[in-house]
Amino acid sequence: MQLESMYQEIILDHYRHPHHKGLREPFDAEVRHVNPTCGDEIKLRVALKDAGGEPAVADVSYDALGCSISQASASVLTDLVIGKPVTEAMEISAAFLQLMHDREAEPDDEVLGDAVVFAGVAKYPMRIKCALLGWMAWKDATARALGSVNGSSASKEQT
Amino acid sequence: MTFDVARVRKDFPILDRTVRNDQPLVYLDSANTSQKPRQVIEAMTDFYERHNANIHRATHELGEEATQAYEGARIKVARFIGAADESEVIFTKNVSEAINLVAYAIGNATSGRLRLGEGDEVVISEMEHHSNIVPWQLLCQRTGARLRWFGVTPDGRLDTSSADDLINERTKILAITHQSNVLGTINPVSDLAARAHAVGAVVLVDAAQSVPHGLMDVASLGADFVGFTAHKMVGPTGIGVLWGRRELLETLPPFLGGGEMIETVAMERSTYAPPPHKFEAGTMPIAQAVGLGAAIDYLTEVDLAAVRAHEHALVSRALEALGEIDGLRILGPTEPVNRGSAISFELADVHPHDVSQVLDDGGIAVRAGHHCAWPLHRALGVQSSTRASFYLYNTLDEVDALAAGIRTAQKFFRVD
Repeated sequence: MQLESMYQEIILDHYRHPHHKGLREPFDAEVRHVNPTCGDEIKLRVALKDAGGEPAVADVSYDALGCSISQASASVLTDLVIGKPVTEAMEISAAFLQLMHDREAEPDDEVLGDAVVFAGVAKYPMRIKCALLGWMAWKDATARALGSVNGSSASKEQT
Repeated sequence: MTFDVARVRKDFPILDRTVRNDQPLVYLDSANTSQKPRQVIEAMTDFYERHNANIHRATHELGEEATQAYEGARIKVARFIGAADESEVIFTKNVSEAINLVAYAIGNATSGRLRLGEGDEVVISEMEHHSNIVPWQLLCQRTGARLRWFGVTPDGRLDTSSADDLINERTKILAITHQSNVLGTINPVSDLAARAHAVGAVVLVDAAQSVPHGLMDVASLGADFVGFTAHKMVGPTGIGVLWGRRELLETLPPFLGGGEMIETVAMERSTYAPPPHKFEAGTMPIAQAVGLGAAIDYLTEVDLAAVRAHEHALVSRALEALGEIDGLRILGPTEPVNRGSAISFELADVHPHDVSQVLDDGGIAVRAGHHCAWPLHRALGVQSSTRASFYLYNTLDEVDALAAGIRTAQKFFRVD
C-alpha cells in the first residue's frame, strides 16, 4: 500500500477533527471557491487586524464540503496563518504552493509546520487541486480584505 | 452463443499491463472512455502507414483509398444504428460537438419550423450530462426561448408526471439522454419523442452511453437527431457522430463554415454542399473514422446481444454486492431493469475522491466527482459520487474486487 504516503496520520486527524471550522463574525472578506472537477466547495472568511502598523490575520473561518485532503488542508491552513502578519502568512502560502508543484522540493518544516505532510499529495497530480482549494480561497479572501481595508481608508481620505 | 470474456480480454493490450506497484489493472471506467482492442489500433496504424491522404480533395490513388476508408466508415455507422441512408451520418469531434452543431445550426435558422424565438420552449432533463444542458442554455440566451426540464424521481428515474405540462404547443426542441451516464437509467425516449412530435417539436437524443452497448436503432427510436461518440465504444477519441433525419439536415443551416462544406463560393455569398458534407467543414478526423469503423466491426463480430447478457450479469452482481455494504447508497435503479452498466454510489463518511484513491491503490480504476452531471447530483441531494462502469471486457472477479476495495476504503477511513 502506498496510500499512507498521501494519507498521513496528521491529515486523517485534521480530516476527522477539523480546526477552526465554521463561519464566524466579524470578517473583512468572504469568498466561495469551487473545484469544478468534483464539485467540492469552500466558503471562507478572513478577518484582519492591525498588529503594530501592519495587517495580521485575526481569524480564518470556513465551511467546506469535500474530500479528506481538501478538508485537512483547510484545517492545517487555519492553524498556520491565524495570528500571523499577512506578509508571513503569504510566505507560508507560497511555500505550500511550491510544495504542491515541485515534487523534488525539500519542504521546510520551519515555514510549513504540519503542512509538510502534504508532500505525499504532490505525487498524485489529480489531488493537488484538492489540497490547494482552501489556500486559494484564503489568498483570494485576504487580497480582498486588504483591498477593502485600503479602499475604505482611501475613501476616508477623499472625504 | 456463450460469451468468452477471456478471449475478448486478449484483444485489449492495455488489460495486460499492471498499475500501482505491479497490480493487475481493474478498469471500471468505461462510461468515461472505453479501452481499445488491437483491431482498432491496427486499423488506424495501417491507415497511417499505407493509405494516408486527405479525403475528397486529393485525386491520387492514396486520396481515393483514404476517401473510401472514410466514407466506408460512414456506411458502417449507418448500418450499425439502422439509419435509412449514410448521408444522415455526420462526423463530429464528440457528442458535445454533435449537440452544439444542432443547437448552433438551429440558432442560425432565420425562418421555418426550426427558427427559435421568444415564446418558444426547449425541454431537457435534470438527468443530462452537461453537454446536453449548456448548449441549450446558450441557445436560449441567444434566442430568448425558455429552457424547461424534467426532474428525476428519488430512485433515479425520469419524472414523467409533468410531461403534459412540459411538452406543449410552445415546445420546439426536446433534448434528452437515452441512458444516464451517472445512474444507468434508460429513459422512455420513444414515448417522449412521440409526444414531442405530436406538438411539432424536434427531438435530440444523447446516446453516448447506449450506442456502445448496441442499444440503437434510429428507425424505431423516433428521434430526429442522435449523438454518440467513438471513444466510449472501443473506438478512438477525436470522432463522434450526429445522426439526423435527412429532411431536417437539408433544411438546417450550417454550423461551421469552411473547406469542403460548400457547393459554390463567391465573395458575396456561398451555397452549401448537401448533407452530410454541409456539416463537415475542414479536414476531418480521417484515421479516427477508420478506427470507428473498425470498432463497429469489432462490436458486431463479438455479438452485442451476448455482450449485453454478459454486462447484465456484471451489473446484477455489482448491485447485489454493493447493496450489501453498510453505509453505501446506490444512486439510481437498484434492480437491473431498464438500466445500463454504470453504477454510481455514495459511501457514508468517505468522500468519492478518497474512495477512488483507495481503489486506485489496489489497481481499480473508477471515476469520482459529479461526472459532468452536477444538476443531477444536486437533485439527488449528493455533492458527488463514485462511479463504476462495466463493459464487455470486465469480469465477475473484477466486480468482487470492487466490493472488496470499497470495504478497504471504509476500514482505511475507519467507518466500518
